[in-house]
Amino acid sequence: MPRLKSNADLAKLKKQILSKRAGKRYIAINAAGTCGLAYGSDKIYKAFVDEIKKQGLSKEVEVRATGCLGFCENSPKVMILPDDINYFKVKLEDVSEIVSKTLVEKQVVDRLLYKDGSKKVVKINDIPFYSGQSRIISGNNRYIDPENIDDYIALGGYSALAQVLGKMEPKDVLDIVKKSNLRGRGGGGFPTGVKWETSVNAPSDIKYVIVNADEGDPGAYMNRALLEGNPHSVLEGLIIGAYTVGACEGYIYVRQEYPLAIKHLYVALDQAREYGLLGKDILGSGFDFDIIVHQGAGAFVSGESSALMTAIEGRVGEPRPKYIRTAVSGVREKPSVLNNVETWANVPLIINNGIDWFTGIGTKENYGTKIFSLVGKVNNTGLVEVPLGTTLRQIIFDCGGGIRKGKKFKAVQTGGPSGGCIPASMLDMPVDFDQLAKAGSMMGSGGMIVMDEDSCMVDMARYFLDFLAFESCGKCVPCREGIRQMLKILNRICDGKGVESDIRTLEELADLLKDASLCALGQTAANPVMSTVKYFRDEYEAHIKDKRCLAGVCKSLVSYFIVPEKCQACQICLRECPVSAIKGEKNIVHVIDQSKCTKCGSCIEVCPAKFSAVVKISGKPVPQAPVRMEVTRKKEARS
Amino acid sequence: MKQVDRVIASYNNDKNALIQILLQIQKENRWLPEEELRRVGKKLDIPINQIYHITTFYKAFSLVPHGRHSLAVCLGTACHVRGAPRLLDKVSEVLGIKPGETSKDMKYSLSTVNCLGCCALGPVIQVDDEYYSDPSSTELKKIIAERD
Amino acid sequence: MKTVSLNIDGKAVTCEEGKTLIDAADSVGIKIPTLCYNEKLAPYGGCRICTVEITKNKKKRLVTACVYPVEEGLEVKTDTPEVKKIRATVLDLLLASSPTAKNVLEMAKQYGITKRHFEAEKTNCILCGLCVRYCHEVKKANAIGFVGRGIERRVVFFPEIATTVCASCRECFSLCPTAKLPSETDGVSFENLTLGDFLKVK
Repeated sequence: MPRLKSNADLAKLKKQILSKRAGKRYIAINAAGTCGLAYGSDKIYKAFVDEIKKQGLSKEVEVRATGCLGFCENSPKVMILPDDINYFKVKLEDVSEIVSKTLVEKQVVDRLLYKDGSKKVVKINDIPFYSGQSRIISGNNRYIDPENIDDYIALGGYSALAQVLGKMEPKDVLDIVKKSNLRGRGGGGFPTGVKWETSVNAPSDIKYVIVNADEGDPGAYMNRALLEGNPHSVLEGLIIGAYTVGACEGYIYVRQEYPLAIKHLYVALDQAREYGLLGKDILGSGFDFDIIVHQGAGAFVSGESSALMTAIEGRVGEPRPKYIRTAVSGVREKPSVLNNVETWANVPLIINNGIDWFTGIGTKENYGTKIFSLVGKVNNTGLVEVPLGTTLRQIIFDCGGGIRKGKKFKAVQTGGPSGGCIPASMLDMPVDFDQLAKAGSMMGSGGMIVMDEDSCMVDMARYFLDFLAFESCGKCVPCREGIRQMLKILNRICDGKGVESDIRTLEELADLLKDASLCALGQTAANPVMSTVKYFRDEYEAHIKDKRCLAGVCKSLVSYFIVPEKCQACQICLRECPVSAIKGEKNIVHVIDQSKCTKCGSCIEVCPAKFSAVVKISGKPVPQAPVRMEVTRKKEARS
Repeated sequence: MKQVDRVIASYNNDKNALIQILLQIQKENRWLPEEELRRVGKKLDIPINQIYHITTFYKAFSLVPHGRHSLAVCLGTACHVRGAPRLLDKVSEVLGIKPGETSKDMKYSLSTVNCLGCCALGPVIQVDDEYYSDPSSTELKKIIAERD
Repeated sequence: MKTVSLNIDGKAVTCEEGKTLIDAADSVGIKIPTLCYNEKLAPYGGCRICTVEITKNKKKRLVTACVYPVEEGLEVKTDTPEVKKIRATVLDLLLASSPTAKNVLEMAKQYGITKRHFEAEKTNCILCGLCVRYCHEVKKANAIGFVGRGIERRVVFFPEIATTVCASCRECFSLCPTAKLPSETDGVSFENLTLGDFLKVK
């Protein structure tokens, strides 16, 4: 790989790459992303490579393993570019047909297209999941093999860096970032330009820039998809930031639970160094900067910025009091600018497209797009990138396709363990930093967990407290002891042992956490509880007063029962029960032994829908089960 | 050269890289034996109490030996909403061990993890390097039997 | 050394830049309560009892006096109703882990907590860290340390060091606010215990 010594060299390289690719077609398959691999996309990828070779098309068609392409449940996905023909749920036996029909005969394979009702859709932006989005960052994944820097350069990658190093002073870049009002995408929504300026003004010969890729919020995987699928977009932003702030060393703190992202980062760093885009004398500009990858070791709290910096020093990643800003005194007490993966990825786009372009997307004071991970009880699980200000309804129902299995929407949790649950009455709320905070939640890193009528909101609050009880560093009393006692109360409530004063006690502890905790983990720890008390108080009261779990989730308040008149004695539940708690035989109605039942729910899951003989009972006694009752055959079966 | 010395040397004996060094030793041994930890402390001049604070603070580290195969049930919010606790119960029943435990024959260890980032597959279980979406008890038994 | 002028509970205070609010208050006879602060040790900010209200640029905030540095023109109130409520709730919570500790009971009474509201855990340790920090910062012996995280966080002795230094030292004993150290370790022999014994979650 030739070392690039100037912007002209980069432009020349891009031209060379494009001319070599002129007229070529690409088959993009998510075989370089963790979930794509989980769906077996690597086998599809290999099959295509073999088939292309077999049919002698290697010169005109290239198979490309990409990162996340979105629309997860429809994997394996195959996207043919530049034709924009998109196939879903592709199987091994479909591969040769796709090559022969689509690549050779230029015909579409109908059955593999996405069906919107009865209509078959070919182009990606005609698919509802994608059409509601603005994939300015994530959309590039389908053009990029993360282990090939040339793919990124072909798209214009590193041209923002070239512009910055060639034509701009650090203060010019700072000015652009400030005027764009890019707000941090990691959770706080703090103005990036203001943060950078603090470090620019802090006197020190050593400064650091850091990528926060810890992504601790459960249910959020935006950063993973970016790092796996387009690592250079983040590196380019980081190098620009380093130049602006005056840093010659940078860190990427990435959670160790993301081994593929780590692998792709190392490849990307090596390739960038080989091209002279990282390391000494970048693009011949005289600017030196290099990056170290630091892996997390399984601690949510270490994703908090001051804790992260302490972890980089090899110490226990506990947060520090916020009175001394890390932008002034961070890693080894040097000025350190920390931003989220997605924040850094926005920087080259803003440099290339300009302030007006960026501020033209989104709403006032909330510019640009945000990538959300739309997960839970939604039909179309996946990463959704929309302009800030898009409503919850648009995200969940237009892109997300509404609630799975025809159930009813109940709430959406945003902001992870620091956020809150938002009820159906607020579905038309525009999603931005300020509106979410007003509703008692927050943007957080972008996790959006959708819940339906089968989700218990008290259980959700308990879940988050349980998570935080073990993820808190445990240093300060309000957080450690406050969460300990709140969790005890919630466990009692879910166990049917709640008392009248419990909600009042939860509220008092919530106040303490908010006002007196050392860091943001503690200060926001009560949000999930308080937002569910606010919007779903009736569920708390049912648990406490009636010992009833309305959603049928809290094990101690729920019993599973086989309705004798519906049971057809098919023996499926009997065989699936992991503790052999179901008695029955052919023609004899099955009975659950309540003393053995562990409430695992296997029986209700496997009972054929046409029988639906297993029910959940809560808040009232379980009926007496019959002894050796014969099956009531359905009238239809008789005739 | 002893394993620990080799790993420390690869990080230039840098104290700042303590967590990275421990992660590497954990990866190679599947746990952190006491002897190795004391050697790290000695070589990097870090007191033993700090080494143990770090190894008990971060969940990636195990101070007890792990089985040949690791099963991790995701308890992330999306998986939780799709029934992860029930999957965990099922897995526990099939394996006969609770999370944090290792089978007596050292074949497998069960743990929980707070998000694998594969929410569309939820509830998901990771077995070594492979991911399975909501396997039944029967499927689980097969997955274990397939591995030696 | 640069000096800073501020106001604490109506009193004008002038002191060196870099001093914390707790020291600045002490210099004019205002004793801010605390359980984890010790002037020989680096500020910890763990118990939160020294929380005070500050007003800066017309904005009110709650901060811990042991960590927050003095600033020109700062207005500090050490005993507002909000601050008292925080102290009361913190002490109520600490009584759960140390229901019989004299120091904690007395301070709790001062803030109106005469009856414990939470179920007792009886670890008799409030995790103030004074022992760990003293052994690390002053004695530089590192015979005692924190292990675990969150609600599993606890303090353990490291036998191989403790057996050689603790018997003749015991200086952390008088620092312990709940007297757990003197009551539970005095006379205990460390020789027969392994590190594993101390690491097991009780």
